[in-house]
Formats: sequence, C-alpha cells, structure tokens
Amino acid sequence: MENFDVIVVGGGPAGLSAALSAAKAGMKTVVIERGDYPGTKNVMGGVLYTKATEAVVPDFWQSAPLERPVIEQRYGFLSGDETILAGYRDPVWAQAPYNAHTVLRVKFDRWLAQQAEKAGVMIITETVVEDLLYKGDNVVGVRTGRAEGDLGAKVVILAEGVNAFIAKKAGLAPQMRPDTVAVAVKEIIQLPQEKLEDRFCLEPGQGATIELFGDSTQGMMGTAFIYTNKDSLSIGVGALLEPLIRTKWTPNDLLEALKAKPYVKRLIQGGETKEYLAHLIPEGGYNAMPKLHRQGVLVVGDTAMLVNGLNREGSNLAMTSGKMAGEVAAQCIQSGDLSDQGMSLYEQRMRDSFVVKDLYKFRRLGRFFETHPHFLKVYPEIAANAMHLYFTADETSKKERQKQIMKMVFEKRAKGGLVSDVFGAWRAILK
Amino acid sequence: MKLDDKLYLVRFNTDTLNHIKIADAAVCLKCQDKPCTRICPAHVYDWDDEEKRISVGYEGCLECGTCRVGCPYGNILWGYPRGGFGVSWKNG
Repeated sequence: MENFDVIVVGGGPAGLSAALSAAKAGMKTVVIERGDYPGTKNVMGGVLYTKATEAVVPDFWQSAPLERPVIEQRYGFLSGDETILAGYRDPVWAQAPYNAHTVLRVKFDRWLAQQAEKAGVMIITETVVEDLLYKGDNVVGVRTGRAEGDLGAKVVILAEGVNAFIAKKAGLAPQMRPDTVAVAVKEIIQLPQEKLEDRFCLEPGQGATIELFGDSTQGMMGTAFIYTNKDSLSIGVGALLEPLIRTKWTPNDLLEALKAKPYVKRLIQGGETKEYLAHLIPEGGYNAMPKLHRQGVLVVGDTAMLVNGLNREGSNLAMTSGKMAGEVAAQCIQSGDLSDQGMSLYEQRMRDSFVVKDLYKFRRLGRFFETHPHFLKVYPEIAANAMHLYFTADETSKKERQKQIMKMVFEKRAKGGLVSDVFGAWRAILK
Repeated sequence: MKLDDKLYLVRFNTDTLNHIKIADAAVCLKCQDKPCTRICPAHVYDWDDEEKRISVGYEGCLECGTCRVGCPYGNILWGYPRGGFGVSWKNG
C-alpha cells in the first residue's frame, strides 16, 4: 500500500486548493478524482471570486482559463411577464485585482489541477473512493474502487462534493433532506461575442451576471441566473427540492419557463444550446453543516455545506476552506497531533473567517423563506403592480395614483403580515 | 427545447454496469406521488404501467444525486458510476 501524508478525495476547487496548500507546506499529497480528469464531473453556475482564488494561486488571472471579468451584477424580480431590475456596474472590475470572473469548470478545474501538479501533487483519475480505512478508531487512508486500491495517509481531506458519501459513512455529515438541497439545471448557450456584448452593454471582454428571483423559479425558494462567458451564456435555475416535489414542476420545465420569459427570451435569442447540466446545491447553511473534523479527517467545500445562497457564493467558500484544511493538515502532521482535538484547529480557523461567519449570519434565511413564501411570489407581484401603476401616464393625479397603489398593496398583503414580513426579513438578513 | 434533445448534447462514457438500484419494487407500488419520475433533471425514472415498476435509464444519469434525497422512502440506491464512467461534461 502506497502511503501519503495527505489524501484529498475529489478534484474540485476545494480539494485542489487543499492539495496545493498541503503540497506547498512540503506534504506528499495525492488527489483522487473519479472523472477522466479534474473538471469533467464538476458543475457550478459559473462565478469564481478573485480574492479566494488568488490566495491559492497568486496572479492566477495571467494564466487561468477565465471567461470574462464581471463588471456588472444585475438583480431582477420576475412577476408573470413583468420584470423589475436593479444593478451595479463598475468598469474598474475589468482590471486587476478584479472582483470575480465567470468560468467554465471543465477548463478551470483542469488548469487548477495542473497548478497542483506543478506544486508536486499527484493526481489519480478515474478512481472512486469507497470508504475510509481505519486502524482501530484511527483513520489511516482510503479504500478505492480499484483492485488493490488501498492508499495510506496521515490526513484525509474530504472534498467529494455535495453528495458527501464518505462524510456520511464516517458519521460526520447528516443525510440531506429535500429542504436542505436545491436542484439546479443549466444550459450553455452559444452566442457570437459581439452579439453577446451588445445585448449586455459590455466592452469587448467584459462580463455581467444576472440573478432573477420570483417567477424565475415559479415562486419557489431558489434563483435563476444568466452569466456571460466568452462566446456563450450560462443560464440556469435552481430550486429547493422540497417545493419542487410539492409543486410537481420538473427541473427542465422550470428552465424552459425561464427561457420563455420576455426579458430572458431576448437575451438568449438565436443562441445555440451546447450542453445541458444538472447539479445539487447544498442549501442547508450553518444549521446543516457537518462536523468539520475528526481524528485524521477534515471536511471542505460542498461536502461541508459551504454555500451562501443569498450572495450566490460557493466557489470562494470552497477554496478558502480547502486552503485552510491543507495548511492545518500540514501543521498537524508536522506537530504529530492528528487527534480530533489537534484537527479542531481547522474548525477554529473556519469560524474566525468569513466562511462560517457568513453562514452563521444567514442561518435563519432558509427557514425564513419557508415561513414567508410571499417574498418570492406575492411581493414581486406587488412591486410589479405598483410600478406598473406608477409609471403609467394617464389622467390620474399622482396623489390618486399613490392611493391606488397603497390600496393594492394592502389587498394583496394585510398590514399585520407586512409588519411581520419586514421584521422577519430584517432578522434573517440584516441583523 | 425538449429534454431528449438536450440530453443528446451530453457526453457519456456509458458503463455496462448499472449504478442505480431500486431497493424494493414493492415500495414503488405503494408510493402515490412517485416524485422520482419528475425531479430527476434527466428523467432517468419512469413508471412502467405494464410491469408495475419504476424503470431506470441509468445510462442518461447526470450524477446530481437528486433522486436519492427526493425519494420519500429512501428506496433509490444511487451511487457514483465506476471511476471513468458516466457523464463527462464538456463545459461544466
């Protein structure tokens, strides 16, 4: 049996970041990936954050296969055929040090794996890890699906993605429930660069993101997104599994309904669909986080439920957690303390970072939208109706118009409900 | 765009071994809602009315894992295909 200092299960951003930082600290490190090469099994909406990536690979933008730097973030509410939009644009984000880029994961993850290899990481592909290897209570490696496929390690880092088979087997992660995961589907729609840039009002090479709420998910908890790649759009929709089951929508019908919305239809018109993808998103937040460590094991990325759905952040939480885990693994190996207590340094560092702080801050959010479904259905409708009334120029006086609007608002949502909604939203998001 | 046309765009390295199993076909008979036939993004699961069982088209599985979480009876034993098999994204 070949022995390593660190075995990383899974070659996504979390696992590769972990491997890179462990190798940089002098650890003999291997990544075990089930795809043909890192990237071929990996899916996300498509936003990669500069700060977290730069911490793993300095000046990555000079050589990484990136699509476009994001200079504009647009947010919208859909209600029927109506659209309410807001956005922020700053061209300074088109230059280093940037804020975020759109990426296609097959290309990006492969590149990140190459950086890991340059740092001395060994990458074993087409191999599924089946279980941890124990000696007594101590984890001493992994069992793979290959014949004589046992590999020894002092520390195993679980970066196996949202399905978290090994973390569950090891009793670290709880079973996922329909109210802690979202199903997301997306399409890659090819469009000529010039057309794409014109439609999104972008200078050559610049990128934009759009997140759409409300009827983009038929009022279910979730979001839809449109991101600009070099010569394609990533368009997708993710909805929590529980309402998806209840409302009997299929993921593809949700996506087709989104594509048929007047605002969306015009953005993707004439494009050619190149790929259809699906993925689960861990949406359980702070309350559904698994145990992050045990003797000889650390848990990172999606496996650790590290997704901040409200701010559509995930890849950055994954990479930051991976980097910390790689560093802590090296530190524990060097000090010889691989006990649960010794490995808890990782959890401590995570709690001190924005990763767990943000998840903690929004810990009430999931439950809030469950108990206040009006936010994703009734409020977009109210807002759209109000704007429709307000912007319609006819012979109604503005004073009368405001009265009409207030009347409409209270017809759709009682005053008591409004107060409780505002308080609930404040508590779930701002407090 | 129809789902079948979209699935046609996906690259697979299909295994001869089925990586999905229905634990107990009798459970599906009792299941009224059969959410697996809707929630799977690739429509891998279909109710076969003649044979009175769920048919599983594992070859088209996109490996998201939705079925495993969504089956109200935990009756779908879904795991990853063997290393190197299954979906192989072109863009991701």
